[in-house]
Amino acid sequence: MRLGLSVETEVFEIVIRAILVSGTATLLSSLWALPAGVFLGLKRFRARSIAKGFFVTMLGMPTVSLGLILYLLFSRAGPLGFLHLLYTPQAMIIGQAVLITPIIVSFVMNTIESVDPEIRDLAKTLGASETQVSLAVLKESMNGVFLAIIASFNRAIAELGVALMLGGNIRGITRVLTTSIALETTRGELVLGLVLTIILLSIVFALNTIVNLFQRRRRF
Amino acid sequence: MLVHIDDVFDGDNELREMESKRIGVWVAAIVLTALIAVSGTAYYFGVGPFSRNRAKLVVATTTSLYDTTLLDAIEDQFEDNYPIDIYFISAGTGIAITYAQRGDADMILVHAPLKERSFLEDGYGVCRKIVAYNFFTIVGPAGDPAGLIGLTPSHALAKIVEEGRKGAVAWVSRGDDSGTHTKEKSLWDAAGFEWIELREEDWFLESGTGMGKTLQITDEKSAYTLADMGTYLKYYTDQLISLAVVVDVGKELLNVYSAIAVNRTYNPEVSFDAALSFTKFLVSEEGQQIIDQFGQDVYPQKLFYPAVQLLKERTNAALASWIEEFAYFDGEECPDKYQDNCKELYN
Repeated sequence: MRLGLSVETEVFEIVIRAILVSGTATLLSSLWALPAGVFLGLKRFRARSIAKGFFVTMLGMPTVSLGLILYLLFSRAGPLGFLHLLYTPQAMIIGQAVLITPIIVSFVMNTIESVDPEIRDLAKTLGASETQVSLAVLKESMNGVFLAIIASFNRAIAELGVALMLGGNIRGITRVLTTSIALETTRGELVLGLVLTIILLSIVFALNTIVNLFQRRRRF
Repeated sequence: MLVHIDDVFDGDNELREMESKRIGVWVAAIVLTALIAVSGTAYYFGVGPFSRNRAKLVVATTTSLYDTTLLDAIEDQFEDNYPIDIYFISAGTGIAITYAQRGDADMILVHAPLKERSFLEDGYGVCRKIVAYNFFTIVGPAGDPAGLIGLTPSHALAKIVEEGRKGAVAWVSRGDDSGTHTKEKSLWDAAGFEWIELREEDWFLESGTGMGKTLQITDEKSAYTLADMGTYLKYYTDQLISLAVVVDVGKELLNVYSAIAVNRTYNPEVSFDAALSFTKFLVSEEGQQIIDQFGQDVYPQKLFYPAVQLLKERTNAALASWIEEFAYFDGEECPDKYQDNCKELYN
């Protein structure tokens, strides 16, 4: 798409797009991954260890492989081709949401498991219902949940494979920070690639700082 | 005795107030994000207040064109004058063709006549038009340890094999099914070697990556490689590599770029009209001039040469016949049966 802007505005636009895409992906993923993590952390059932093992294995999924699988799914010749989602920011959002799901699930599951079992027992002794017990445990694990969300956002904004395969790195449409870094590096614009890397790290750092402040306020 | 759970866990009212404030902040944040997401989606799809009247053309292209930023220059000028947005997907020629076959691209811009031919013959492509050319070049360490300068491409490659087997020099191959790699294989073929066999030998390295990275590896290893002129000059001018051109003469090194539209009978959803408009622009005087003048202010020589006038008026008969010999199919740029509704391109 025609931009007609200077390099600075183009970089600014890329930064905003990267934050929007990865931020939306994190929110979207939280919709299903948070409840799944809480469920796996609290409930005891037979297939639980299989589910646990599945999510931990999926943590090791290379982003290019996930990108390839989703590309085949969204390609016009693929089963979801009729949606015309390939090479859109929406496809990148979906791809990154899938990518970070195992991170949120495993982090949340772990943090809930590690809540002192005495809290559950205490709540039960005090006559709390099943839902109230769950809420009490969730409250105790809020820090872990925050960490899960922030870690998954960091992963989403820093990944390349999904963004490249599903977004296509189209100028003005799906170009984000990581795909620009890859492109500028192959173009031999090493300094620009480095500058973009610093921008990416600054975003991640700023966000982590904000969340830390937020968490500290929670504790009063 | 029954103690209510809230009394134990929530503490006093003050705490509860802060709690509800925080929930308010959360709700506001979520509403805001949802708003941005919805308006972003609407903007992207061009619905509601954002409706645009522009067609979308996905062009899968080779990295050697895209990485030089030539296509950015062409895109800017084209989109100013036509109601079409071009989406360039930069990939090797091999994967660009795969994208088109899977229906994910409306047009390809590639440089491997052999592959283009089967792309047309298999019914995927129509309206092929040669837009530009330049020359591949064999590059190597500045001192030319293998002594290739002055040799023909075939002799130079034979010399590299000889010196390589002695352990004196190394060769870096792209090995990624790109247009450049296709060319490299055909050059080995012409010199009497099989790429498949050579790749097993110690001195024969395979980068499996793009041209820029391959040049850097070659530079690092003080080896030789085959490069397209555009990427080489870009890296050399920016002092990212110190490799020198050792062989750049010979019709075997010719590199021809063509545009091919995806056949609408194969994929009815393709943006065929937009692809034709863009092809026409590329071969127009305006488009050819952008190609001709690209990079003149930065590089010591031209990166790409326009092909249309040369082939039409045969301003350099020898060169024109080289291109015809190398990149024409049965004596034609695009045989009749593949000229679906675009005969005017060939007058």
